Amino acid sequence: MSVKEAKVLEREPAPTHIEHEGILGEQFETLDQQNNAYLIGMWAFIVQEVLFLGAIFAAYGIYRLKYLHEFTLAHKELDWVVGGLNTLVLLASSYTMARAVRAAMQNKHGRQMLYLTFTLLFASVFMFNKYIEYSKKYEHHLIPGRGYDAHTIVEHAEHKELLEPLPDGNYKLKLETEKIVTPEEFKQRTQLFLGFYFILTGLHGLHVLVGMTVIGVLVGRAYIDYKKRKPVADYMPVEMVGLYWHFVDIVWIFIYPLLYLIGR
Amino acid sequence: MASYTTHHEEGHEHHLVPVRVYSWTLVALLVLLIVTVGAGFIPMPIWLGTVVALAIAMVKTYLVMAYFMHVKFSGKLIWLFAAAGFFWLVIMVIFAYADYITRPWEPVPGF
Repeated sequence: MSVKEAKVLEREPAPTHIEHEGILGEQFETLDQQNNAYLIGMWAFIVQEVLFLGAIFAAYGIYRLKYLHEFTLAHKELDWVVGGLNTLVLLASSYTMARAVRAAMQNKHGRQMLYLTFTLLFASVFMFNKYIEYSKKYEHHLIPGRGYDAHTIVEHAEHKELLEPLPDGNYKLKLETEKIVTPEEFKQRTQLFLGFYFILTGLHGLHVLVGMTVIGVLVGRAYIDYKKRKPVADYMPVEMVGLYWHFVDIVWIFIYPLLYLIGR
Repeated sequence: MASYTTHHEEGHEHHLVPVRVYSWTLVALLVLLIVTVGAGFIPMPIWLGTVVALAIAMVKTYLVMAYFMHVKFSGKLIWLFAAAGFFWLVIMVIFAYADYITRPWEPVPGF
């Protein structure tokens, strides 16, 4: 033991070894230090996620500026009610997650398990709604790719008098300003919107699925701690998964208005 | 755990965030959800609708980060990380948009 280490031990009272047994890593001096290291790592990961998803949002914004008419007409195919319901469900899941973290800090394992299960339940509702939404897009041939067909968008827009087929076969798009496009251009540009829709919601859905898997593991851990009546368990895994979950919620907070709502 | 306390006191009891803070955060988020849906249907210029939607989303993000993600109760380093993410995002968006928006001003055909 070096002199420095000896001094540290002398100065601080012995840490509560019984309580923190199996929790404090040997590379850390105190639990506080360990927890802060965990948190910084998790935040670094989240910042990376912000930039990675932010780039897709930025690209979406640039193409939306360029093809405002086409994007606005295509976005009317998204179901704002289901999207809103999913926002509600995700916000509720964030709340139950925050409560699960709180219960974990108090070492109330049963309650922690309960709140985590609620979070899982809300996440399942979210994924089920996504399944319904994606199926509808499939039925309407709105999945980007070979089978893509903009007929549904054309029909709906025509019905709302936002699109007028011209005698020469082109479409006149009528929003705040008018714009004339060929059917092929209209098809490609609405397809681009749906591409952004599937990339953004797909990546987000993937994050939800990953979150659900990890929360499932946490439920199992909480159950074991509950059965063993463990007096003190490390709450940091729950806290970090919570940070991830709230971040996924924030991503949806942006997806919902930007894709489903604006220009409705 | 100093990271979660508003009062930095030593001791074994964690200074937990009161449940009502979480509950009120949820209520505020749900109200803002209704506001953002409502704003989507109020007739207004599309650019304004986008600005309003983004502003509401940012307020919601602040609430989630500050209270659910405990940034408000955390140390300065966590705050710095959260701010850094936002800062770099703003750099990426502003520089990218500055490029695309100014391209039509150039005499050469482009994007």
